[in-house]
Amino acid sequence: MSLRIVVTVKYVPDATGDRHFADDLTVDRDDVDGLLSELDEYAVEQALQIAEDADDAEVTVLTVGPEDAKDALRKALSMGADKAIHVEDDDLHGTDVMGTSLVLAKAIEKAGYDLVISGMASTDGTMGVVPALVAERLGVPQVTLLSEVSVEDGTVKGRRDGDAASEQLEASLPAVVSVTDQSGEARYPSFKGIMAAKKKPVESWDLSDLGIEAEEVGLEGAWTKVEAATERPARTAGTIVKDEGEGGKQLAEYLAGQKFI
Amino acid sequence: MAEVLVYVDHVDGAVRKPTLELLTLARRIGEPVAVALGNGAADTVAALAEHGAVKVLTDDASEYADYLVVPKVDALQAAVEAVSPAAVLVPSSAEGKEIAARLALRTGSGLITDAVDLEAGAEGPVATQSVFAASYTTKSQVTKGTPVITVKPNSAAVEAAPAAGAAEALSVTFSDKATGTKVTGRTPRESTGRPELTEAAIVVSGGRGVNGAENFALIEALADSLGAAVGASRAAVDAGWYPHTNQVGQTGKSVSPQLYIANGISGAIQHRAGMQTSKTIVAVNKDPEAPIFDLVDYGVVGDLFEVVPQLTEEVKNRKG
Ligand SMILES: Cc1cc2nc3c(=O)[nH]c(=O)nc-3n(C[C@H](O)[C@H](O)[C@H](O)COP(=O)(O)OP(=O)(O)OC[C@H]3O[C@@H](n4cnc5c(N)ncnc54)[C@H](O)[C@@H]3O)c2cc1C
Ligand SMILES: Nc1ncnc2c1ncn2[C@@H]1O[C@H](COP(=O)(O)O)[C@@H](O)[C@H]1O
Repeated sequence: MSLRIVVTVKYVPDATGDRHFADDLTVDRDDVDGLLSELDEYAVEQALQIAEDADDAEVTVLTVGPEDAKDALRKALSMGADKAIHVEDDDLHGTDVMGTSLVLAKAIEKAGYDLVISGMASTDGTMGVVPALVAERLGVPQVTLLSEVSVEDGTVKGRRDGDAASEQLEASLPAVVSVTDQSGEARYPSFKGIMAAKKKPVESWDLSDLGIEAEEVGLEGAWTKVEAATERPARTAGTIVKDEGEGGKQLAEYLAGQKFI
Repeated sequence: MAEVLVYVDHVDGAVRKPTLELLTLARRIGEPVAVALGNGAADTVAALAEHGAVKVLTDDASEYADYLVVPKVDALQAAVEAVSPAAVLVPSSAEGKEIAARLALRTGSGLITDAVDLEAGAEGPVATQSVFAASYTTKSQVTKGTPVITVKPNSAAVEAAPAAGAAEALSVTFSDKATGTKVTGRTPRESTGRPELTEAAIVVSGGRGVNGAENFALIEALADSLGAAVGASRAAVDAGWYPHTNQVGQTGKSVSPQLYIANGISGAIQHRAGMQTSKTIVAVNKDPEAPIFDLVDYGVVGDLFEVVPQLTEEVKNRKG
């Protein structure tokens, strides 16, 4: 029996670019270059490794996002994923996590799945909660924030390095997994991979394909509201000294003046 | 007065500091009712009462330790149904955020994560967040259901505010999903004797410039002279010089101490994301062009192998 893996990937504004808010207080996705969230590359990598170890597996990458989000899918396909699904709809603009998790869950169900693999957090929103929400919606176990993951005989196992302890986890499939950046370097797409990706199928779905009403998503459907966004004032220029042999002492003097010593 | 549920983060009954900070914030919105789960839950009551909990709901079922996240969501949902609170506050740990998210979804409520401040507003609590690697500050509100808000460590002062702290057993019926993810093994983290990274008043960090695991002894010595926690950049962690649990930044811990000292760290955006809200920032770096110097209150351009030991020595002398 084949193992159907769906990897959720997000197209995000480049963190090294100048990220800001649009007039409606949503993340400005037009003026900044975007890319496949680096943290989702780890999810694609683990999916490919699990698929390579399985007898028969298929890796589908799924994104919810604007037209440009296709770039993220192409990157994942060139890494080696088999096919892609792009959920795109004008009514999605401004959707919050609750809406995003709804769209992802409906799309995952429509695609068919045994295993969902997500990144630990998106590099723009950095909430780190979408995988848990998708698990709640699908009604399947969440095995999240893993630094190590394996699948065997319909069971997923992994290690979660938490604050107080490192835990070994186990659940039966179907399940939702998320992996951290400690799970192993993601591969670079090869030239062959990039060429092959151009021929791989990318399906486009909109809200009506998923049976979702416009009111359930978008800014109107959001359950939270950003009232104000202010750019943080640049930190006032500090004192910079060059060490001429007394740098440590000068620093101690400063710290003492600030009452840290 | 409206009640506010506060989810208690504790280790075998010892309440962690971020929970006490949540009680301070909860008192701005209403009367704190704490929810303590798992082994040692009853032992949290005294500390919680001391800091303002009018009531503490406890349940020490073994499911909380044996299965991941969902049993705790079931319990918090039972508490929401029993209390009908004005808001639910949860510490912003990785697990705290997952619990909060699932609770919010189940109760049809909006979710705000990683708040750094909280005030009462005309239409419910207003949360302040710091976004895009702390380059923006936003104010948000929940517009549907019972606001569920996770709050970062060091967002408020711990205040003594003695209250009744009446302990009450919380009655929880676990959902059939509760046992979906089994915890088959647990290795507690070894204590270093140093303060918790996210809770510390002072953090001393080392990066690629530290140039080797053995040299982290210099960073630790400075940290110990100041009673500080030790942090590391991802470059230092990836090189295997220091444990990942000490990583500061986007994919590590986010810290907001009174004083952050960066040694041999360039100040990449992903590192800044985890430390930019520190009150005072100090850096030692031999490259005067390093971006970290854009953030500092005080910077020393120099070789950390010269500057750090001298600083440590001087701190010890002054502390006598
Ligand atoms: C998705 C993603 C997530 C990431 N998450 C994190 C994260 O959580 N935390 C994090 O830190 N990074 C993170 N990074 C990596 C980040 O981009 C940087 O690569 C990293 O922070 C660099 O670490 P560094 O400053 O120690 O090393 P470098 O950038 O190499 O800087 C080393 C500095 O040390 C100085 N130096 C060298 N020798 C000396 C000396 N003898 N004395 C004084 N100074 C010296 C140099 O001048 C230089 O400025 C992430 C990256 C990505 C893509
Ligand atoms: N719009 C989206 N499309 C596809 N996957 C997403 C989207 N948003 C979030 N995810 C997935 O959920 C993970 C956590 O995201 P977040 O909770 O937003 O930090 C990401 O690493 C992705 O795997």
